[in-house]
Amino acid sequence: MFRRKRSADDFSAEIEAHLQLEIDRLQEQGLSYEQARTAAYRAFGNTTRARERFYESNRWIGWDNLCQDVRFAWRMLRKSAGFTAVAVLTIALGIGATTAIFSVVNATLLRPLPYPNPEQLVEIEDDLPGIGSYDIGLSQPEWQDLQHSGIFQYVSPAWFDENNLTGVSQPARVSLLIVAPNYFALLGVKPQLGRIFDPNNYSPGFVGEVLISDGLWKRSFGSDPHILDKTLRLDTDLYHIVGVMPPGFHAPGRSPAERNTEVWAAYSFFGPPMSAQQPRSQRFLPEAIARLKPGLTLVQAQQHLDALVASLRQQYPADYPAQAGWRVRLLPLKETLVGNVRQSLILLLGAVAVVLLIGCVNIANLLLARASAREREVAIRQALGAARARLIRQFMTESLLLSLLGGMVGIGLLLATKDALLRLVPSNLPQLNRVSIDWSVLLFALGASLICGMIFGLAPALPAGRLDVTSGLKEVARGATGSGKQARTRRALVITELGLSLVLMIAACLLLRSFWDLLNAPLGFNPASAMTIRTRLPYPNDPKLDRYATAAQEAPFLHELLRRTRALPGVEEVALGDSGAIPLDQSQKELNLLAQGHYFFQLEGREIQRDQAPWAERVMVTPEYFHLLRIPLLRGRLFDEFDDDKKPSVAVIDEAFARTFWPNENAIGKRFRSTRAESPWVTVIGVVANTRTDSLAESAVPQIYSSLYQTGTHHLAIFLRGKLDPAVISRQVRQQVQSIDPRLPVFGAQKIEDAVTASVAERRFSLQMVGLFAFAALVLAAIGIYGVISYMVGARTREIGIRLALGASRATILQMVLRQGLSLAAIGAAAGLVAALVVAQLMSRLVYGIRPTDLATFAGVAALLIAVAALACYLPARRAVKVDPTVALRCD
Amino acid sequence: MSTREREEPLEILQGTLDLLILRTLIFGPEHGQGIARAIQQTSGDEFLVEHGALYPALQRLEERGWISAKWGTSSNNRKARFYSLTAAGRKQLVKETSKWKRLAAAIGRVLGPEEG
Repeated sequence: MFRRKRSADDFSAEIEAHLQLEIDRLQEQGLSYEQARTAAYRAFGNTTRARERFYESNRWIGWDNLCQDVRFAWRMLRKSAGFTAVAVLTIALGIGATTAIFSVVNATLLRPLPYPNPEQLVEIEDDLPGIGSYDIGLSQPEWQDLQHSGIFQYVSPAWFDENNLTGVSQPARVSLLIVAPNYFALLGVKPQLGRIFDPNNYSPGFVGEVLISDGLWKRSFGSDPHILDKTLRLDTDLYHIVGVMPPGFHAPGRSPAERNTEVWAAYSFFGPPMSAQQPRSQRFLPEAIARLKPGLTLVQAQQHLDALVASLRQQYPADYPAQAGWRVRLLPLKETLVGNVRQSLILLLGAVAVVLLIGCVNIANLLLARASAREREVAIRQALGAARARLIRQFMTESLLLSLLGGMVGIGLLLATKDALLRLVPSNLPQLNRVSIDWSVLLFALGASLICGMIFGLAPALPAGRLDVTSGLKEVARGATGSGKQARTRRALVITELGLSLVLMIAACLLLRSFWDLLNAPLGFNPASAMTIRTRLPYPNDPKLDRYATAAQEAPFLHELLRRTRALPGVEEVALGDSGAIPLDQSQKELNLLAQGHYFFQLEGREIQRDQAPWAERVMVTPEYFHLLRIPLLRGRLFDEFDDDKKPSVAVIDEAFARTFWPNENAIGKRFRSTRAESPWVTVIGVVANTRTDSLAESAVPQIYSSLYQTGTHHLAIFLRGKLDPAVISRQVRQQVQSIDPRLPVFGAQKIEDAVTASVAERRFSLQMVGLFAFAALVLAAIGIYGVISYMVGARTREIGIRLALGASRATILQMVLRQGLSLAAIGAAAGLVAALVVAQLMSRLVYGIRPTDLATFAGVAALLIAVAALACYLPARRAVKVDPTVALRCD
Repeated sequence: MSTREREEPLEILQGTLDLLILRTLIFGPEHGQGIARAIQQTSGDEFLVEHGALYPALQRLEERGWISAKWGTSSNNRKARFYSLTAAGRKQLVKETSKWKRLAAAIGRVLGPEEG
């Protein structure tokens, strides 16, 4: 049944044969050749029509037309190379930028997590909405309740911490994730070497086995193939290495540091170093992930869980007071990993899409101008019988060819600059390593190109199809260009373009303003020429082995460390503190350190409800800290080295603390204590000024400074001030630290100024991107209005010539042209302002610190846009003024 | 729109041309011009066949597999494309013929006997 298509030539030959046979027959009947021929043709009818019908019956006619259209479009594009280059480049930039952002969105928001059956993976969050506490973590008994609830295959708490790795050449700080033994079974991943933990192990204390990351294996063990026979020491305790994870494996963590976990240790969260019986109310386990039972949806699982929570609340009313409203929420694991990056990405995708749209509008305008120059061609082709649909199709083919070319160039640009672009992205973006140009990204680029082609193709195609043949031919004959309808479309396009770019510019300026506010916020401390270096004291699982267990045991080390570092060359001031005391340090926020962060307390003389204690940030420092960072004392005194653990506990608080808790009283001499059992009363001895050490965006976080000599800390930070080279000084400090205790790692040397900068890296990135897009939009809009006004001037050369000849002054002409351009700009700006108000409202919900009704920004940006538009109009207007009437009147 | 010289020839009804072609080919392979001639003659010159209109029909029948075509030589030594009936075409002819006869009979009954 499968026959080859007949060629048109074969068909023609058949018709020829038919006519010849008919002529033969008629001649036999006695007609002359001429008569026979005429009769044969008459009997046959229209031979051309027959051939056409044969041609049309061909099933591939659509394809044939397409090939024709593409060939024709290609010729047209090559003929106007300048226009084509501009258009292709505009689209290439637009598609390239949009695709770049999309590839990030795809990797972070769209692609499933790289674990088997990722839809079963959830994050568990415990809230106490009644007292406004969210994601508070869970306790060991609660974890066991969940594990045995029948809802999950596995539940594993995850506790991210740092640790001291010894037993290798140089003591090192490693990032450690303490998980339940079922963690790897839960994720469904296998190591490249060795085995995972036994998921059913439930015994007190640490399991005594670890898995390590590929990176640590290569770096600290030189890719040793016999690694599985080796042991390592974490905080002086001995562990067997049972497995090495594969190179691409990342823990599903919320922070970049956690995702780059180097060591996994297994623990069932009871027994040493924690107590054998964990109280239900001590929510030590900071986070937990779980895998749902197969076939259970998230909604069903949540329903089962709600029932479980209700029965637990009934069973343990003392642990779950009704007013706290304890609840447990399940979230898709992916959601929690993406976190607040989603907002930045959506903002960027929106911004880049607007730029692409403006680019499309620009090209639509150019095409429209070209279309009016081609009205004669269209009219002639219509007169020759081209169908309207066919004409529209042809214009669309041209636009689509243009957009696909642009898309291809854009992808090419993207591939060429991919590595450079990725370096711009802040490294805390989740799944950054998974950003790639894969099929779905290419498909997106193709789709975006096609949509662009349709958007800017329709503008010239529709009027072309509607063109009235006779008037079209006549208009061309008269030498006029551009019908009234087209001019209207062009103006509408320019207005759209101006409006859109105004929206983008306002968005960028709002971001800039909020960023500016952030950078200019008074820090409350002076980061200049100050730096920090970290060290860390080990926590052995057996507390009896801890050489630094109490503040008194730690104090000699601290004094010795201060003495030695003070003597280093270039060092002017030294202070010690816990790692939380490093201002704006991102890496510390990611650790789930029990000793720091939210400090819940009770004020003397004021009773508090259980679970409703106020909290403050607490850091531990030596007295030199305040002077080193230039934090001024407002009232009272600072502590000194004699405020040690033999003296009553004292604290320095900040202004915000004093104002929040003792608004109209003198805070000095007041006492508070931690809500933890048997905590001593702490006396306030001084008040210092507020600092933004926690976050640049937040100014008034109540802050407590405790004396390091009274509290002690294992997470030590050394603060230095002076003319210092971080590389040199960190080597010197390492020597000094290790000559006191050779097992201690020294790491994390950074200038405090860099920490300040790094804390706003993500916002800076968003700002840079949106700013770049806004600038591109402004340029495109300027080109757009320039194009329309020059076109208008060109079309009206004759009219201007006549006006000049009749005595119009050049100023009047200039005014006329400018007025036309500026009225477009004004309408565009007005429309843009309305849209920008809406967008600013949306943005203020996404980005902290946006002032959605910042009149100065709105007015300033609108003025800037109009100024640029005026400049873009002025250039063609000047040309109009220079028209020589005699030339103009002769020009057609 | 076409020629009107002969005395009111009948326009071929939609769909009947296929039937006529199949019927003509039952006597053996024939080229396009021959088919046109045969239809005209066997109908007693009642049908007007615009020869050009024959070809789309032939094309269609060929595509459906009811006829097949081959280039050959005519009786007077001209090259021509000869069409012949396939087995499927034969079946189709039987089906169409009986359908047409039923239709004709039905129309005859509706129109009544008096005109004969």
